[in-house]
Amino acid sequence: MDDRTFSRRRFLIGTALPAAALGMGLSAPAAVEAQTAPALMGPEPVDVMLQVNGRAYPLKVEPRVTLLDALRERLGLTGSKKGCDQGQCGACTVLVDGRRVNACLTLAVATEGKQVTTVEGLARGGRLHPVQQAFIDNDAFQCGYCTPGQICSAVGLIAEGRAGSDAQIRESMSGNICRCGAYTNIVRAVNAAARA
Amino acid sequence: MIGAPLARVDGRAKVTGAARYSYEEQPAHVAYAVIVTSTIAVGRIASIDGTEALSRRGVLAVLTHDNAPRVRQDAASPGDRKLRLLQDDRVLYDRQPVALVVAESFEVATEAAARVRVTYAAETPATTMNAPGAVTYEPPEANQNPADSARGSFDSAFAAAPVRIDQTYVTPTEFHNPMEPHATTAAWDGNRLTLYDASQGVFDRRKSIAAIFGLPESGVRVVTKFVGGGFGSKGGTNAHTALAAMAARLVGRPVKIVLTRPDMFGGHGYRPRTEQHLRIGADTSGRLLALAHDVRSQASRFENFIENSAVISRMLYAVPNQVTTHRGVRYDVATPTFMRAPGESSGSFALESAMDELAYATGVDPLALRLLNYTETDPDQHGKPFSSKSLRRCYAEGAARFGWSQRPPQVRATRTADGLLVGYGMASSTYPANRSSSAAMATVHSDGSAYVTSGACDIGTGAYTAFTQIAAEALGIDVAHVRFDLGDTLMPEAARAGGSQQTASVANAVHLAGIAVRDKLAAAAVADAASPLHGRRLDDMTFARGRIALRERPELGETYVAILQRAGVSSMSAFAEAKHDRRVKGPYSTHAFGAHFAEVHVDPDFGTVRLARMVSAFAAGRIVNSRMARSQYMGGVVWGVSMALHEEGRIDERSGRYMNANLENYLVPVNADIPEIDIVLVDEEDPHVNPLGIKGIGEIGIVGMNAAVANAVFHATEKRVRDLPIRPEKLL
Repeated sequence: MDDRTFSRRRFLIGTALPAAALGMGLSAPAAVEAQTAPALMGPEPVDVMLQVNGRAYPLKVEPRVTLLDALRERLGLTGSKKGCDQGQCGACTVLVDGRRVNACLTLAVATEGKQVTTVEGLARGGRLHPVQQAFIDNDAFQCGYCTPGQICSAVGLIAEGRAGSDAQIRESMSGNICRCGAYTNIVRAVNAAARA
Repeated sequence: MIGAPLARVDGRAKVTGAARYSYEEQPAHVAYAVIVTSTIAVGRIASIDGTEALSRRGVLAVLTHDNAPRVRQDAASPGDRKLRLLQDDRVLYDRQPVALVVAESFEVATEAAARVRVTYAAETPATTMNAPGAVTYEPPEANQNPADSARGSFDSAFAAAPVRIDQTYVTPTEFHNPMEPHATTAAWDGNRLTLYDASQGVFDRRKSIAAIFGLPESGVRVVTKFVGGGFGSKGGTNAHTALAAMAARLVGRPVKIVLTRPDMFGGHGYRPRTEQHLRIGADTSGRLLALAHDVRSQASRFENFIENSAVISRMLYAVPNQVTTHRGVRYDVATPTFMRAPGESSGSFALESAMDELAYATGVDPLALRLLNYTETDPDQHGKPFSSKSLRRCYAEGAARFGWSQRPPQVRATRTADGLLVGYGMASSTYPANRSSSAAMATVHSDGSAYVTSGACDIGTGAYTAFTQIAAEALGIDVAHVRFDLGDTLMPEAARAGGSQQTASVANAVHLAGIAVRDKLAAAAVADAASPLHGRRLDDMTFARGRIALRERPELGETYVAILQRAGVSSMSAFAEAKHDRRVKGPYSTHAFGAHFAEVHVDPDFGTVRLARMVSAFAAGRIVNSRMARSQYMGGVVWGVSMALHEEGRIDERSGRYMNANLENYLVPVNADIPEIDIVLVDEEDPHVNPLGIKGIGEIGIVGMNAAVANAVFHATEKRVRDLPIRPEKLL
């Protein structure tokens, strides 16, 4: 791990400027961490055990397969959405060990041994997660395509203590684009869930 | 039930991830297709070699113009779209499909697509409206409107006017960028094709695909259960849908295909760049005497789509002498298409900016200027009355909520505590209330529940919910017991979700179907000697909570369940069609209206513009669901802000490639860009527009919002930006 890479990653972690200010669509506090270098894998498929929503999924997958494509195309968990496949829109946001990540920029094999939570894993039994319920109550979506990513981001930022004010919510949710323009209601929903 | 702020009936599916979009269908043995797109804007494919791609393990097929099955690529509708379906070596625009790779997995297909070797005989593209080689032409029409119009005598009235505004306004090329990229899953069963397609209209899609493949329409089924936004881009049929079907046929397996985000800046269309010359002549009090609106619209070389920007100027204000024209400018780009409020959005920027300039030129308050030139009738239709027009109340209620009366008339008059310049701006809004024929089927089951269908699409508008409410009211059954389903060509034919027409069109059909089945149940009761309603008159009955009762004696009646059980049938159904021919002009002009008010804060050192607050008031007839209506208006307002401050497709003038073809560099608003939006729903009853009195609301929210922001920026900075977007450097 060279220092330059490491500091770039630290920069991403520490930066949460709104996209408007920077003119870019970075997912706000992308939870990217320095990792110990894994053993070489691939290009042949390798066996991995993914932990998704509390369930173990044995999977034989090429190392180049993203977490997003593994979830959507191999595990049938299509709740996480592909909006850009470039880490620019946030539709694929999931929680890995509780931290928000873009599943399109994460290799499936790199999540082995970690707990992945997708939008399908938030409800308990038939009972919606408070953020899910708040999104319905506040009509915080229209087409619904960015919604799973918005909800996972909201769950993450509330846990991180970043939902302290409307301004903080707006900033922290700015890595999740909503083209339908439901932002006003998204802020209301996150606020309601954070105070629930 | 109509009007109630019911939460979305599909809300749970959307917040749990259960809602299934077109690419998420996973038929057994599905294969993955990836499109190779051109890297030149105009020329020919000199050579194309798929050998290496085909040799990769897991690759099933590589299609190019050398080996692709022959189809009719000029058959798609609506409009005259000519798709590029690997039929010849000609390249007409950047990112045109030139090959298709089909493989066992998305990863293999993507990698193999990069190994298709293409060389081009490139020609020098004309890449701007003013480039040598760009050709101006007179279009046959402007997006279904007459290209030109004239009334009175503009030239003499303008020449004699004591106050004249003469300016050109520019709106850039914009790309829809719904969050769900265009996607199709195609599966053949013999000669029958099923498409799960991200579509705004399943019947349009069926018609086009059937024509392309020479199939009967009955041999094609199109299913669209959830759409991740469309904004016009999923209205017309696009190449990928036909290519998915072609590939599935060839490999004998279902195939799915999704566009990459960069290819979302390719051939499916966009809002064309416009250059709009506005000339306004007025008297010194601000009364309009003459207005000319001449539009130049970006166009492709091979199809006609013209942004109808001047249409709004024909009807929004009382102006006796007027000329409007639309011209296309052809150059080497893909064909533009409908994008949320085509025409009205770009045109309102020019018209409402020019009106603001007139307000400053005459010293009249911008809102007072609009009231001075208010028209009670439609000047574009020889003074035909509007079916309803509540624009005065939109102005009044919006202005009151915003505090417009507190606006200082001078520019650069106010600063925030931290030194930002404060500006107020406003603009009018309008959009036609359209409608097309639609049909619906309603069934009441012997358990008291109802199932109602119409082949509409829910692109985020809330169609599932709205039509559930319409059906529940017509049937007299609580919404909890009504299930409405849509998005399938096996259902009755419905208007597409476009042109702000679907709700008004389909609601009237759903209403009729609900009434029809309800009346059938009543007729069965009336004819049955065992019914307490035996021999009673239909006119004397009420229908509520799944029960028919006599209006004067509510205790006398019985439930639908009882009627069906006694009749010994498991259900009763009725089909109904609400016909409407858009070509037949009725006695009324039909429009929704609104007014926007915006406050901006501008950093005088950096030129950055922040919206501080927005108030928008709309009157659009009967509102089916006030909660979803507010959301849709808000979305429109956000689009207006986006148009004012963010969006711009930037073309590389040498290559003809849009350089910012991704969501990092093509700016759209993020959460931190948007403050609280205050939507005012102005009550309006319209007895004429259609039986239910509904006007569409999908597009009006964007119309004029761009100008309201630009006008607020002028008020803050004294800088008039006439070419969107208002980037910081334009204010320095």
